[in-house]
Amino acid sequence: MTDPPYKGGTVARMSADTVPAAEGDSGTTWGPVTGWGRTAPTAARLIRPRTYQEAADAVRECGVRGGIARGLGRAYGDAAQNAGGAVLDMTGLDRVHAIDADGGTVLCDAGVSLHRLMEVLLPLGWFVPVTPGTRYVTVGGAIGADIHGKNHHVSGSFARHVLSFELLTADGRVRTVDRGTPLFDATAGGMGLTGVILTATVRLQPVETALMSVDTERAADLDDLMARLTATDHRYRYSVAWIDLLARGARTGRAVLTRGDHAPLDALPERSRARRDPLAFRTSRLPAAPDLVPDGLLSRTTVGLFNELWYRKAPRVSRGRLQRISTFFHPLDGVPHWNRVYGRGGFVQYQFVVGHDRADALRRIVRRISEHRCPSFLAVLKRFGEADPGWLSFPVPGWTLALDVPAGLPGLGAFLDGLDEEVAQAGGRVYLAKDSRLRPELLDAMYPRLTDFRALRAELDPRGVFVSDLARRLHL
Amino acid sequence: MKDAFGIPQSLLVLGGTSEIGLATARRLVARRTRTVWLAGRPSPALDRSARQLLDLGAEVRTVAFDALDPESHEAALGKVFAEGDIDMVLLAFGVLGDQAHDEREPLNAVRVAQTNYTGAVSAGLISARALQAQGHGSLVVLSSVAGERARRANFIYGSSKAGLDAFAQGLGDALHGTGVHVMVVRPGFVRSRMTEGMEEAPLATTPEAVATAIELGLRRRSETVWVPGALRVVMSALRHLPRGVFRRLPV
Ligand SMILES: Cc1cc2nc3c(=O)[nH]c(=O)nc-3n(C[C@H](O)[C@H](O)[C@H](O)COP(=O)(O)OP(=O)(O)OC[C@H]3O[C@@H](n4cnc5c(N)ncnc54)[C@H](O)[C@@H]3O)c2cc1C
Ligand SMILES: NC(=O)c1ccc[n+]([C@@H]2O[C@H](COP(=O)([O-])OP(=O)(O)OC[C@H]3O[C@@H](n4cnc5c(N)ncnc54)[C@H](OP(=O)(O)O)[C@@H]3O)[C@@H](O)[C@H]2O)c1
Repeated sequence: MTDPPYKGGTVARMSADTVPAAEGDSGTTWGPVTGWGRTAPTAARLIRPRTYQEAADAVRECGVRGGIARGLGRAYGDAAQNAGGAVLDMTGLDRVHAIDADGGTVLCDAGVSLHRLMEVLLPLGWFVPVTPGTRYVTVGGAIGADIHGKNHHVSGSFARHVLSFELLTADGRVRTVDRGTPLFDATAGGMGLTGVILTATVRLQPVETALMSVDTERAADLDDLMARLTATDHRYRYSVAWIDLLARGARTGRAVLTRGDHAPLDALPERSRARRDPLAFRTSRLPAAPDLVPDGLLSRTTVGLFNELWYRKAPRVSRGRLQRISTFFHPLDGVPHWNRVYGRGGFVQYQFVVGHDRADALRRIVRRISEHRCPSFLAVLKRFGEADPGWLSFPVPGWTLALDVPAGLPGLGAFLDGLDEEVAQAGGRVYLAKDSRLRPELLDAMYPRLTDFRALRAELDPRGVFVSDLARRLHL
Repeated sequence: MKDAFGIPQSLLVLGGTSEIGLATARRLVARRTRTVWLAGRPSPALDRSARQLLDLGAEVRTVAFDALDPESHEAALGKVFAEGDIDMVLLAFGVLGDQAHDEREPLNAVRVAQTNYTGAVSAGLISARALQAQGHGSLVVLSSVAGERARRANFIYGSSKAGLDAFAQGLGDALHGTGVHVMVVRPGFVRSRMTEGMEEAPLATTPEAVATAIELGLRRRSETVWVPGALRVVMSALRHLPRGVFRRLPV
């Protein structure tokens, strides 16, 4: 292992939406916390440990209402909230300890963001093994939710690439947890409820350049889209489709597919700037969304218009276009605080998966959404590969659809309940990292290993030190 | 915990036989609410209320609570909160009194004030403290348009609601930033047991309509809710009428 090339320096701070301004003694603040969807705020004591010892002290002293780790707060719902208790903001522990530039592994603190890792690793010819639709998540959050990316059908979830991590458990001990052990599989996707991840060793993906080679094509409707994804997904490392859920009738499910891989060096034009510096990590940033957005700005009309434009601007077919990593993977990161465009009421993100053999359920759900006229933009459809070992990991082989809807949409609660029924009946599940409203009764059917998870927690954490609003709401 | 739409999983109704309270509970149980505590003076009516919600699939428990006995509030409510988080407290108890009669019987008038105001101050403060310790929850207070401006016809009740309303607003401000949400609900004339046999006022509404408005207010995290919504405008006009004119209004 080489020496640590980087120290400290938080990349992206928690959004000002979610953190109270007043700072009290010893880096502790008390105030309302929400997830990225800005619904259901609850108040907690926010502690920002700067050392492992401070983290251990915080866990020991967190009191009757327990504690939960929090990364960059990108979970949409209440996973990283803990009403009346402690929330450990882990972004103060953000050191990259060691990079094995030959073998392709990194050892870093759990509070390091994927953005930071990209900055550090790309120049060395390495990329994170899995990235979600935003770079502003921490390694701890990536393991806690066992996140998936556009390469799930090839590479599986994030935790599949984690060799081991150090976990601070309820008894105040720090355990080294290796892959293949029950504690590892309970923690991967365990939503922070087994303990606080302090560091992790992650296996990396080699790349020759910091650019992506991207194929784009349009699909006229849902059947067309599913046929294209089924037929040719295996040719691409990364694959995802944006689907227009406001299109109706014959155009229901029309979509734009963007698929690709890391561009090899010889794909870059000779004598170009990119060729001279192929591993330079460049991103673009637009002005932040304003804090005070009038409610109802996102109406069916405006969203419909946006979706129409997006569909039209996509080329019918284009092959091998070079794109920045940020453009391909993280288009929304270009607009800081884009979650504010949904106004004060916030929004709900709904993501589910149903098996490959339950395409009928997917079709029915897409039709229901488009008939309900949910003003949802940038809904995403993807095919998952093999299921991951995490007990509460979300991905199972099949179709996954994710959409945003403003929480203020009348009747949304009951409408989504109806979709849950459909998903559960098809043997599918919803994603906990995005959930803010599931009926707890459905959870056991969706996550059959919940019994093992509860049993392990009962033994590891008999006093229930680790608890979150999500855990309280869903009786995890 | 409340969900993204502000719907509670556990509910405590103070005034467990209140028609508005029960309509609200029914509506919330149909959505997400699983545990309901009905606090009230023990009576067959209270048991009937519990059974009604039980039949809808909720887990229901009752607890003895008398607004007129603030000494007992700490113990009664403490027992409820000790059993687990309460996501929403609905302060629904209240008495209308009989204005003409109560003007002649000051002790009766005092009971109206003690039920609607001091009883609520005590129960409100105790609930607020428990919610604050939880770091979350909504305290929904049934005030009334009658408190907006005292009328000749029912100023005893009206003044008690004015006190309650001011108290609840202040409490909401005090709890700002604590994760606890206080919502003041101001219904107009609601067709319930309380108003049975009385001549209906304009814009009369139903307990179900109040429940709908409460559900919407929870989702929006509103601080004030009028039922029906049109009363907001009506009352802001009435509030500014000169005394002499207001006195002669047939309201
Ligand atoms: C724009 C956008 C796009 C997204 N796209 C995707 C996607 O494509 N695929 C996907 O899978 N997800 C996606 N997500 C969700 C996001 O990746 C996950 O919610 C992720 O967990 C967020 O990480 P975080 O650091 O912000 O963690 P937080 O949101 O702060 O916490 C998430 C969970 O992880 C736990 N946790 C955090 N740190 C630790 C730690 N150190 N130890 C133990 N537990 C911890 C928390 O307790 C909590 O349960 C997206 C989110 C956004 C906003
Ligand atoms: N109806 C309207 O037009 C209207 C309009 C605006 C506001 N409001 C307010 O809305 C609330 C509910 O009214 P409602 O229409 O549902 O009337 P309701 O059915 O008569 O309910 C009143 C409730 O108050 C309870 N109560 C009275 N005295 C009590 C005491 N000392 N201790 C404990 N509980 C006591 C009653 O319980 P018991 O069964 O034990 O008597 C009953 O549960 C009241 O605060 C009322 O002022 C009503």
